[in-house]
Amino acid sequence: MRIALFVTCLADTLFPEAAKATVRLLERLGHEVVFPEDQTCCGQMHVNTGYPDEALRLVRRHVRVFAPYDVVVAPSGSCVGSVRHQHATVARRAGDERLASRAEEVGARTHELSELLVDVLGLTDVGAYFPHRVTYHPTCHSLRMIRVGDKPLRLLRAVRGLELVELPQAEQCCGFGGTFAVKNADTSTAMLADKMRNVLATRADVCTAGDASCLMHIGGGLSRLRAGVRTVHLAEILASTEADARGAGRDAAGVAR
Amino acid sequence: MTAPGRPAGATGDGTTFLGMPATAPPGVGHLRGDEPFPAAARRALGDAQLRRNLRHATTTIRDKSGAVIGEVPDWQELRAAGRAIKTDTMARLPELLEQLAAAVTAAGGTVHWAADAVEANRIVADLVRATGADRVMKVKSMATQEIGLNEALEAAGIEPVETDLAELIVQLGRDKPSHILVPAIHRNRAEIREIFLREMPGVDPGLTDEPAALAAAARRHLRETFLSTRVAVSGANFAVAETGTVAVVESEGNGRMCLTLPETLITVMGIEKVIPTWRDLEVFLQLLPRASTGERMNPYTSMWTGVTPGDGPQQVHLVLLDNGRSAVLADEVGRQALHCIRCSACLNVCPVYERTGGHAYGSVYPGPIGAVLSPQLTGVADNASLPYASSLCGACYDACPVMIDIPSILVHLRAEAPHPRAEAATMAAAAYTMDHPALYAAAQRGARLARLAGPRGRGLPPPLSGWTASRDLPAPPPQTFREWWVER
Repeated sequence: MRIALFVTCLADTLFPEAAKATVRLLERLGHEVVFPEDQTCCGQMHVNTGYPDEALRLVRRHVRVFAPYDVVVAPSGSCVGSVRHQHATVARRAGDERLASRAEEVGARTHELSELLVDVLGLTDVGAYFPHRVTYHPTCHSLRMIRVGDKPLRLLRAVRGLELVELPQAEQCCGFGGTFAVKNADTSTAMLADKMRNVLATRADVCTAGDASCLMHIGGGLSRLRAGVRTVHLAEILASTEADARGAGRDAAGVAR
Repeated sequence: MTAPGRPAGATGDGTTFLGMPATAPPGVGHLRGDEPFPAAARRALGDAQLRRNLRHATTTIRDKSGAVIGEVPDWQELRAAGRAIKTDTMARLPELLEQLAAAVTAAGGTVHWAADAVEANRIVADLVRATGADRVMKVKSMATQEIGLNEALEAAGIEPVETDLAELIVQLGRDKPSHILVPAIHRNRAEIREIFLREMPGVDPGLTDEPAALAAAARRHLRETFLSTRVAVSGANFAVAETGTVAVVESEGNGRMCLTLPETLITVMGIEKVIPTWRDLEVFLQLLPRASTGERMNPYTSMWTGVTPGDGPQQVHLVLLDNGRSAVLADEVGRQALHCIRCSACLNVCPVYERTGGHAYGSVYPGPIGAVLSPQLTGVADNASLPYASSLCGACYDACPVMIDIPSILVHLRAEAPHPRAEAATMAAAAYTMDHPALYAAAQRGARLARLAGPRGRGLPPPLSGWTASRDLPAPPPQTFREWWVER
């Protein structure tokens, strides 16, 4: 299958390992990954901070760039949620009904990684190997906006060597919320404190999720506390293989630190 | 008197109005806070006792409510029915209000139209004064808290006595309500005992903090009020246009006392509380108790239709309150906030509310629904920080028994809010950059300069220092994804 990668600006700029892992995983599964280079950002930050008029040009760009592809994947529930649920609204607000309907078409063909693997490709075992104790945080937008349900957990359960431990109060928000994290930094930190308390209670050495943004938040807090728990994107776990683990000069399962 | 669905100052007869309906006036009532949400929240977050009380209370209600909702096989269909009835109601609100007014009048009640808080307070104070009473007892009511009725009555020389247990705790403690359903949720039983010992006349000095003992003390205190007060003021949960029936649902029976014992009953009701038919109650009386208190059936449901000769209050008044609601109705996206049945499920599931409590929102309507309702009632500029008091996690939308899409309204109102100039300039520049891939790639390379901000970004200026106060920044990678893609 020919799959277009919607990399997301955050993974592109700050967390390229999550995006590279998505490419490696899909190619290993026998698919062709293409990267439309004119893509930049879906505009979610602008929309959610109150700037839909500025977001309009980014929506227009995103729709133009991805319209030619039948299957689009992103390693982010939040960005897929924005494409699927906000782009048409932004276009309609600007009175552009044609853009709105094209945005809806692109949104319907855009999948979060676990959705692509389970729903489109029909896989739960992707042949991964990751010998670590792992807990999974279901990010709010993957859980309540695009409703990935237990797909990420089904994928993780099939990973060899991986010990999956349940995160207490998993469905509570980590407190990221985009610009909420700086506009309401104190409340965001209070939410983060509870999330970290629950992550630490699992005694996992890795906390994973389907969104680099929430992981940046949780990981930033854990790092500040020198908690000794690292955050790893779901794509990186699913891309890891025994061959990676045996590879010279890499750490246990091919995950870049 | 103002006709429904028309702006404040309207006189009704034959006048054509241009422009938007009025928002709730400033200087009266409790819809505006003294400081922006982040500042008020910061103080609340530092109160360990408050944090503990809120965590305990919201977790308890959340679990109880979740369990009884799980018993209902057609809960999602019920929610959809609730939303459909409310959508229909809002689409023909003026017509339904006129139908309600006619039915109440035909049944011997008196209907008053109040354009805003000032008018409503004046109407109620005049009605009480006309009875010669200098004291009224009150059923728990959000509408009267919204308009600041207690303060207005006190200014008119009339003593208001709250009879809902939690409202009584708030009133005795000279405090403010912090939750729609449980106004004293921020207090634990030790604090309530202290308030009773300090403020309740004739209280047993040996009072313990056992819930039954606290309730018994309040009962003794209130019984005297119920038997000696001739006027009561209530809100309304529902009013049936078809029959003129007003409904109040409560858990204690204290409301029932107020609604049946006095000679005069004055009800202040937001105009959005009307529902078309008696049959519609079937839907809401299933949704409300399970979503709010986690009860299968509401304990005390009082309904009255005008005056019943020889039984209950013989003077029955209904004050229909606008106070900005017509302005909310005029907003196609925001109007669904008027569907709210005040169950407070969204407060109980909100991770922000659970940590800051209700006072931080500044309005009597706290939590997610308050963050969308208060700014619309007052105009967004007067409550500009509230639409941002959410991480957009979406838990409120899932919990709402009438399916109000609170996250979408929050995002919608953020676009209406006045923006800081520096932020607006940054956002415009960012959008321009991101619409030009070459500039965008250059900016990505520039992000590596963030290393200049010191290890883990601790030298960043505001607002980014809000991030680094508690979180490290990730180290910028040596290569962006798109650089890697080109090279591979």
